[in-house]
Amino acid sequence: MDKTQWKILKEIADLEKTPQGAYNFRVNGQLDDRHTTANIDIVSKTDKPGIDIIIAPGTKGESVHIPVVLSQSGLTDVVYNDFFVGEGAEVDIVAGCGIHNTGCETAQHDGIHVFHIGKGAKVRYVERHYGEGPGTGKRVLNPKTEVYLEEGASITMEMTQIRGVDSTIRDTVAVVGPGAECIMNEKLLTDGVQTAESNVEIILNGDDATGRVISRSVAQGDSVQVFRPCMTGKAKCFGHVQCDSILMDAAKIKSIPAIDAQSVDAQLIHEAAIGRIAGDQILKLLTLGLTEEEAEEKILEGFLS
Amino acid sequence: MLEIKNLSYQVDADGEELGILQGIDLTIPDGKLVVITGPNGGGKTTLAKTIMGLAKPTAGQILWNGTDITGLSITERSKLGVSYAFQQPPRFKGLRIGDLLALAAGKELTHAQQCSYLTRVGLCANDYIGREMDASLSGGEVKRVEIATVLARGAELMIFDEPEAGIDLWSFSQLTKTFRALHAEGSATLLIISHQERIIELADDLVLVSKGRIEAHGPKEDILPKLLRGNIAVERSCYGKKEVESRG
Repeated sequence: MDKTQWKILKEIADLEKTPQGAYNFRVNGQLDDRHTTANIDIVSKTDKPGIDIIIAPGTKGESVHIPVVLSQSGLTDVVYNDFFVGEGAEVDIVAGCGIHNTGCETAQHDGIHVFHIGKGAKVRYVERHYGEGPGTGKRVLNPKTEVYLEEGASITMEMTQIRGVDSTIRDTVAVVGPGAECIMNEKLLTDGVQTAESNVEIILNGDDATGRVISRSVAQGDSVQVFRPCMTGKAKCFGHVQCDSILMDAAKIKSIPAIDAQSVDAQLIHEAAIGRIAGDQILKLLTLGLTEEEAEEKILEGFLS
Repeated sequence: MLEIKNLSYQVDADGEELGILQGIDLTIPDGKLVVITGPNGGGKTTLAKTIMGLAKPTAGQILWNGTDITGLSITERSKLGVSYAFQQPPRFKGLRIGDLLALAAGKELTHAQQCSYLTRVGLCANDYIGREMDASLSGGEVKRVEIATVLARGAELMIFDEPEAGIDLWSFSQLTKTFRALHAEGSATLLIISHQERIIELADDLVLVSKGRIEAHGPKEDILPKLLRGNIAVERSCYGKKEVESRG
């Protein structure tokens, strides 16, 4: 990888050198580097682009990094990654995609991730999306994520996209088994004429299943965001959808949360709020010696942290 | 030294001019603890806000250490050493209490420093430093964090607008100790809006503000007995309606 590609890698995976544990670096649609461990295997698919990540039952304290870097204008990279997390395993999975577009053609990455999480396994999934580059070509990221949680399994998904991506359509579906838990923390910031759409569906499919969607977004400039989080309860379960957005300049945000109870024992809550930065928050920070710009920056930084 | 000269704040309500502040003259020497008291709606908070720059007076002058700050922004006043604890402080989603204290101090704080500010307002630091300043905090907790931010700011002029409001009895006693200790240090001038006798007792001077005017100003020893005996007539703030309460 060259310097630019490493810089992108730092943005999306906080990596400055090859990480500990298992990893698979994909650069401009090709495998760049891979490392497996005794417990975590990574195998290239033979029928389509992508990899299978196989985590042995009982694996503890290991991590897998699977970042994707695109620095070639005009390239559309579609990749299918399937994760098989064995029973009782506890792992961190760090994904994410960064695009550096210097040309005038669109650079696009569509990552299709499917997680099969075994009984009692715990996964922390971190996905950061980032775009940069002086070219006029669009930077497009359309991730699709499917999660299947077996009994007592859990996943915490931290999905973040801060600036630089011109267009994104994010589809996330999770099917949560008995006693399992799915938490999704989504952070999104758009500016300029960027557009972002996020569709989330969490199906609580067993007794004592829990689902939480915590979505925070900021829309600046003329950007447009649309959220459609839906929580479905099919058993004795608890689901909570919370969408908060800060609107600035001439941006537009539409938030359409839905809760769908299909069992009398399902307990589902949704909250959604869109508004500008509260004036009293700015005033408070001005009294601490910050300028208006600094105050705004701190409020947004906290909101999206 | 804080000098307020002929300060007025007029608002237009349905075509009628209302004088929220009507020619206030007030001088507060360095290191004093001054309590402003008086009936609700009398102009105390507006007076405090004009000092911080949160409200713009329609006439008059505010001098801080000899500098005319009347036309300065909130940020500029803050940098000159004016600080303010809001009566109803805002909440921030995502901003942690530790972050807010660091912003107030203008630098990174050590764990020990953060603890010291929170302890002084009766909060157990370890439970709060990492907590978000959001709706999960009670009104009293937010209020105490607000006071802690002013302590962390360490400014020469500290204005507290009804610091006792919403604070439980146990924390209140800690708060009065903190004000007493701050005053004993002598490095700051404290201006506290309050109706609480235990805070009034801490004062060097008392200022009675009613209907936009200073009705009385002087050493606590002179003013307080008169107030308690009802020798000072306090006009209730029913604008357009004259109502005088005299307890004498």
